[in-house]
Amino acid sequence: MKIKKLLALLLAMVMTMALVACGGNQNDPAPSNPDPAPSTEPAEDNKTPDPAPAEPAGASEITLWVYPVGGWGEEANVKALTDAFTAETGIAVKVDYLAYADGDDKVNAALSAGNAPDLILEGPERLVANWGANGHMVDLSDMLDDTDKSELIEAALTPCINAEGKMYEYPMCMTAHCMAINLDAFKAAGADQYIDLTTRTWTTENFFKAIDALYSHFGQTVAAVYCAGQGGDQGTRALVNNLYGGTYTNADHTAYTWDDPKNVQALTELRDAQGIDYDASLAGGDEIAKFYQGVLKMAFCWNSAQQINPNSAGTGEGKTVTGEEIVYMNFPTPDGSPAELCGGIWGFGIFDSKDQGRIDASKQFIKFMCDSAHTADAVSTSTFFAVRTAAEGTDLSAIFDSELLNEYAGLMLPNLGDYYNVIKGWAAQRTEWWNMLQKIGAGEDVNAAVSTHMAAANEAAK
Amino acid sequence: MAKQPQTKMSRALQRRENVAGYLFMLPSLIFFLGFVVVPMFICIGYSMTDATMHQKTATSFVFFDNFINLTKDQIFLKGLVNTFIIVIVSVPAVCAFSLWVSSAIYKLKGPVLSAFRCIFYLPVVTGSVAVTVVWKWMYDNYTGILNTALTTTGILEKGINWLGDEKTALWCIILILFTTSVGQPIVLYVSALGNVDQTLVEAAQVDGATDLQVFWKVKWAQMMPTTLYILVITTINSFQCFALIQLLTQGGPNHATDTVMYYIYWTAFKLTEQAGHFGYANAMGVVLAIFIGLLSALQFKLAKEK
Amino acid sequence: MKTTNPRSRAYKIFSIIVLVILAILFLFPLYWILTGAFKPAQDIYNQEPVWWPTEWVATNFQNLFKKRTAPLFSFFGLDGPVAPAAFRWLINSVFMAVMAMVLTCLTAAMAGYALAKKRFAGRVILFSLIVCAMALPKQVILIPLLKEMSILGLNDTLWAVIFPTVGWPFGVFLMKQFSEGIPGEILEATRIDGASEAKTFVTVVLPMVKPGIGALAIFTFINAWNDYFMQLVMLASGEKYTISLGIATLQAETSIDNGLLMAGAALASIPIITIFLLFQKYFTQGITMGAVKG
Repeated sequence: MKIKKLLALLLAMVMTMALVACGGNQNDPAPSNPDPAPSTEPAEDNKTPDPAPAEPAGASEITLWVYPVGGWGEEANVKALTDAFTAETGIAVKVDYLAYADGDDKVNAALSAGNAPDLILEGPERLVANWGANGHMVDLSDMLDDTDKSELIEAALTPCINAEGKMYEYPMCMTAHCMAINLDAFKAAGADQYIDLTTRTWTTENFFKAIDALYSHFGQTVAAVYCAGQGGDQGTRALVNNLYGGTYTNADHTAYTWDDPKNVQALTELRDAQGIDYDASLAGGDEIAKFYQGVLKMAFCWNSAQQINPNSAGTGEGKTVTGEEIVYMNFPTPDGSPAELCGGIWGFGIFDSKDQGRIDASKQFIKFMCDSAHTADAVSTSTFFAVRTAAEGTDLSAIFDSELLNEYAGLMLPNLGDYYNVIKGWAAQRTEWWNMLQKIGAGEDVNAAVSTHMAAANEAAK
Repeated sequence: MAKQPQTKMSRALQRRENVAGYLFMLPSLIFFLGFVVVPMFICIGYSMTDATMHQKTATSFVFFDNFINLTKDQIFLKGLVNTFIIVIVSVPAVCAFSLWVSSAIYKLKGPVLSAFRCIFYLPVVTGSVAVTVVWKWMYDNYTGILNTALTTTGILEKGINWLGDEKTALWCIILILFTTSVGQPIVLYVSALGNVDQTLVEAAQVDGATDLQVFWKVKWAQMMPTTLYILVITTINSFQCFALIQLLTQGGPNHATDTVMYYIYWTAFKLTEQAGHFGYANAMGVVLAIFIGLLSALQFKLAKEK
Repeated sequence: MKTTNPRSRAYKIFSIIVLVILAILFLFPLYWILTGAFKPAQDIYNQEPVWWPTEWVATNFQNLFKKRTAPLFSFFGLDGPVAPAAFRWLINSVFMAVMAMVLTCLTAAMAGYALAKKRFAGRVILFSLIVCAMALPKQVILIPLLKEMSILGLNDTLWAVIFPTVGWPFGVFLMKQFSEGIPGEILEATRIDGASEAKTFVTVVLPMVKPGIGALAIFTFINAWNDYFMQLVMLASGEKYTISLGIATLQAETSIDNGLLMAGAALASIPIITIFLLFQKYFTQGITMGAVKG
């Protein structure tokens, strides 16, 4: 009897919920999602997508999965852009948002189950080197004409095309990944003397001096070589390589060079420095959060989008949660020259659904976002930088009214280093890299750890 | 068991039983066969191929290659050990703990008893993801409540990087698993203790048995069926630690929390060079299934003997 | 019974103290979820944990609701009004768990009865199969299941999560143990009275195994609700998420906004905790029933 009641109650709950939902259909104007004041300007022309649009190219609905590429991780921003697209073409776009922590799993599961999305927004190391190389993507090279080739920045285009000339990513935006410091904390510890605020550069010697000063002032870990996973590994790579001028791969991207004594020295000194921890409980995103929270005094996982909106928390440009000032910096180098920064190049790829209508519609979407009058909006939404000088006649050199972004473009973008991410076996080496860091952090001999994991990475690079 | 002498059943009656039996089994069998047994056979089939999720590569039959590779795969072996540790530690710990708690609370007054029972059951109904999310925050290396509490009270000098240290990570997982596992056994033991035949207890006491002796010789023996049931459900529960690992450590640091269950998922879907190596992942599944089958058989053999 | 020697009294006091401490520790995560959900950002991000919110605010919930939106329901291609996705996830969770519960109870009650009382051929083999499959983690059959669902066209639907849950044979095992307790004479008598098998089942068997069904219902509901793994693998689009999966996804995205996460965790756990507290007695009864025949 009693159990029956319980069951009845549960059933009733479901039904009421459904009913409430149905009832709400008519009179509820749907809690329209107010833009949570994002720090970027979403597309202006997001007039309501009224009917009577142009004939859809093939499919009437396409799906898009986005990784959190700067402002493209915010639903409100993306909706403005897709609404504009729908208004112009009549093609509805269903967007889902992935996280770096488990996004890959979801895409792979969807690929295995045969319900992958039409479009995906990410970088060449996934789209070209992985899904593209494994035959899941559509070649986009037919979208590239001579004008495009002249407009696109070569450094951004090259990684999107594989050795056989297949283009698996149409690039949209790019940035240079840098690091950041908590200026107020630096001042409090008297460590601000070690940085050059105008050029945003510092020497390796000064970096360690600053760590010392911070550690003796705060008495706790002030920087973390995070290694819980692959998230944000460009930061640890750039840090290790720049400290003593080591390299990550050889020049023609055929083998890894982690055992370069300069890298080994950097890894060793980072471990030995008081105040720096190899932390296997943090990934890149967690490190940013701890930095934003004021616990860590510097972050190795940083870029323009983070500087604009630290920790995506919407609490103001270049400020921690308590309002301390964040300054973005080059990674330290032996002679204090600008560092070789790792680049991020993001764009769209199309999963091969074998359905020409959907592929065409997806191409239309890419054209709309990456090479049209709307490109400026699409790029500025990301708070990263355009990968081309102009799109269909629109000049893209001055799309930001943000002083900060223009300054960042001047200070950091020229320091972009070699984009070695296109090396074979990229995905495998990422796992090797953070596993190596974990082992070093746990006290294993640096040389031994480096050579084991580099060997494994090189095995995959063959 | 209702015992009807098989020999006396006429053929017609047997057929009737067959038809009725299978008709009653049918709805359940559809699901059981369709979503457990058939996949298990597909899994065995897969495990002997080099199937991947990628379209470029053709699948071919490789016999036991995957299994041979497994024996050389350090991560898999570590995962096997970790899986084993989780079960070996958490099952007896849960049983012992819930037995102690139950024996301490079952004589308490009604409302107090149900309050305790309720509290220990709460983590179960809170939901594994919600529990994991809050534990992650509590374990935080820098600002977690656990480190703060332990350092401010002077128990620890320096906080421990709970989830970031190979030595502690697996135990952190086991602890959470433990808190979400004891609820049901406590409820069960409380009622079992309440149902113990008091005349036997009193007889033993008259014979001069100590409390401890009474407990082990009389009560424990009577609660054997309950204990076995608890062993079964706790073992099942211990294999369901996927959410904890995926959300807390992703198998790290340095594979300290990799289990076979997680490594299967990792191999199948994580973006690594071997991503989508289905043959290999399924081979792991087969090995795990064999281990679990043996474990279940052992448990039920024990159950029969008692 | 009445041993009142000082040692046993001391032990009693000691055990009560330990119990109270344990109870506090067990309650703590829930306390931390509930207070965390209502803490303002400065408390959440404070480097020293804040034990009690300096101010009770709803901003975490607002942020959660703003973060993602989804149609409140979809019914044969008809979409409901756009609402915070968390509500949709809740509805999905309830639908999924209730469906799994109802289907499991129904099929398991029938199968358990048959296994216990019908001497059909192959019974022993079937039962051994069921016992062996009981502890099998779903990861083992992950890939075949995924392929199967995509062949059946069920991928990215809640059914893909429900069906494997129903297939999990623990329910059959439990109901078999229960049905063993039905006296054979009663069944015999009903049969002699000329009742059909179906009628026997409904009028005689079901009432007798009702407590078992209750136990199984609770078990299945909680299990389905918590089965993060199947949800993670089977559900792809945001509007199909369950609340567990939704919260987990938010954690992956914004690992630090603990306020937001606690709001989500509170939302995910409070409904089921409320049901538990309201029907606590039946929960404990049901669970206990389940072990009668271990």
